[in-house]
Amino acid sequence: MRFAFTDDQLAFRDAVKSLFDAECGPAVVRASWESESGLNPGLWEKLGDMGVLGILAPEVMGGLGLSFIDLILILEEAGYAGLPDPIVEHVAVALPLLVELRADDRIVADAIAGREVVGVSGFDMSPYVLQANVCRTLIARTSDGTSIVESPGANTERLETIDRSVRMFRVSGLRSSQESPTGAVGPAESAGLASAAFNRGALGTAAVLVGAARRCLDLTVGYISQREQFGVPVGSFQGLKHQMATALMQLEFARPAVYRAAQSITSNESTVDRDVSMAKAMASDAARLVARTSLQAHGAIGYTVEYDLHLWFKRIFTLAPMWGDSAWHTDRVGVALGI
Amino acid sequence: MDLTWSDAEEAFRSDAREWLTANVPKGLPSGDTREGFAVHREWEQLLFANGWAVVSWPKEYGGRGSTLWEWLIFEEEYYRAGGPQRVTQNGIFLLAPSIFSFGTRAQQDAILPRMAAAEDLWCQGWSEPNAGSDLAAVACRGRRVEGGWVINGQKTWTTRGAFCTHIFAIVRTDPESDRHRGLTYLLIPLDTPGVTVRGFGRLDGDEGFAEVFFEDAFVADDAIDGGVVLGGEGKGWSVAMATAGSERGLTLRSPGRFTATASRLIALYRHRLSAGEPLIRARIIRAWMEAEAYQLYTLATVTKLADGREAGAESSINKIWWSELDVKLHEIAIDMLGVDGSVEGPWSKGWQFSLSGPIYAGTNEIQRNIAAERLLGLPRK
Repeated sequence: MRFAFTDDQLAFRDAVKSLFDAECGPAVVRASWESESGLNPGLWEKLGDMGVLGILAPEVMGGLGLSFIDLILILEEAGYAGLPDPIVEHVAVALPLLVELRADDRIVADAIAGREVVGVSGFDMSPYVLQANVCRTLIARTSDGTSIVESPGANTERLETIDRSVRMFRVSGLRSSQESPTGAVGPAESAGLASAAFNRGALGTAAVLVGAARRCLDLTVGYISQREQFGVPVGSFQGLKHQMATALMQLEFARPAVYRAAQSITSNESTVDRDVSMAKAMASDAARLVARTSLQAHGAIGYTVEYDLHLWFKRIFTLAPMWGDSAWHTDRVGVALGI
Repeated sequence: MDLTWSDAEEAFRSDAREWLTANVPKGLPSGDTREGFAVHREWEQLLFANGWAVVSWPKEYGGRGSTLWEWLIFEEEYYRAGGPQRVTQNGIFLLAPSIFSFGTRAQQDAILPRMAAAEDLWCQGWSEPNAGSDLAAVACRGRRVEGGWVINGQKTWTTRGAFCTHIFAIVRTDPESDRHRGLTYLLIPLDTPGVTVRGFGRLDGDEGFAEVFFEDAFVADDAIDGGVVLGGEGKGWSVAMATAGSERGLTLRSPGRFTATASRLIALYRHRLSAGEPLIRARIIRAWMEAEAYQLYTLATVTKLADGREAGAESSINKIWWSELDVKLHEIAIDMLGVDGSVEGPWSKGWQFSLSGPIYAGTNEIQRNIAAERLLGLPRK
């Protein structure tokens, strides 16, 4: 029994965090709200260079051949940084699917290197495709099965999201556009792949939520420690301290649930659905509580778009319902418990 | 990361399970009445005789020299088998860690084996009428005299004080001092002349509380072999804070208790509301997740301790979590039982007991202050 990360895992996390610190500050997150593509091409390729994008892909295909336990800490840092790019969908969901669907070597290589963003469509609780405007490759699940579809861009419609850096597209007409799918499986095999992919999407999102919530807490502690009213820092008031302590506690107890589920996915435990759902439900709820508490603790300045808090606040409320919301996952835990 | 148990740990678990299944008494009366306490003491002595009273202690003191991991496994099996809460807990889980850390060899030899065997029963003499959450306001005085100490003052809300044999007390031994300075941690036999113990009813009506009066009570230096001062004169606060860490942290509240309660709650739901009751069901699932999360958090803490690091100020959020979880688990049961929830029974008893959790060991309001200041770094003033 040992519930901790290895020094190597922590060192990799630290290296990725350094990259985010240098290349993905609040100004970059902000810029992605307004940019044409929404993608940070330089940063995406650097993540490819570091091996992050291919972390779950086998070494023979150019990946790192590591596990979800190695990935989980990195997704948490992506959340902390507010990385706008769809890292969960690309790294945690799509890349293992590309391998499972025996995709063309070129597609896998491009995905690992960060030369493209692979989108996923049609998975449970995921009605929209992130950043479909720049996806040259899409993994589409339909009633016929799961297949790899190239250049699906024609039938996309962008939605106005509250967090404009999370670009959601409604993609339609996929069946007619898949004239020559490069990899495909029928409905029977598809169900198994899709359920594992769904768990990876849900848990990856949970990790991003934990990181984003940690950023909210840090921003809030920093602000309320220096903001003075009535001649003292507002962070010295018990009314705020107690709310902040509660928010911290909820986050700190969601975190081990997220880490445990990474282990369950890695060793394909029989409890994997239950463990992933517990992680996603707790992380979604904790992150939303942290975000709400942070907004309130900031007072009026938090209620502006000029101050950075809203970037993480909106990210959290956007991610929390993705890949199944808290209620859905709570129900799935209940089913696993036999009630 | 490795979330599996070794073969040796699995063997330890099956030994514990086998013995507990065969021996855990069913339907014991409350341990917070005089008659009930005596029955619980017999159970504690049976545990000791079979080497299960204090598994993590060294063999010479009555333990098995088990690792913290094995201790966790034992606790899980203990509560899964329906074992009652330990009436020795304030000795074995609160005082003992401080004796191991601060006691002399002579004190350890004198105190620990008798504590493990439930021959000496220890209660905690910290709170006073004017010193609850504000522990540093302790006013009970100890005056140094030849050959010992003369104690005057009062302790109160002392759990099971009326049935115990000894008290570990924080006493102001420097009359010029205030707050955290000038306090001494004293180990006192309750049969010392000048000590009067009066039991009184807790919320559930049992005589689980006591107030302890000291009127010129002379405590001889050799009232306990090895001496009655723990950790040195004037060092009471730092010893007390180490004890408080145990009280809030994992040793007092092992996850096995809460995961077992969550399982019983699910069984109750199946039994009472098999047709389904979506609002109750959602609360049960949530509470189960919180118990499971507490278990996982504990595994991370024990990993830290096994690496030689300290748990630290995290014990504050740990205490808030288990105490609020315990209330939640019992509240759901009470709600499910409806009117039957106000009839005396294990759930209504457990519910009343759970309500003490957010109050004792430093109220949860104090814990939230500690978490905000020491974990988040918010300004004290």
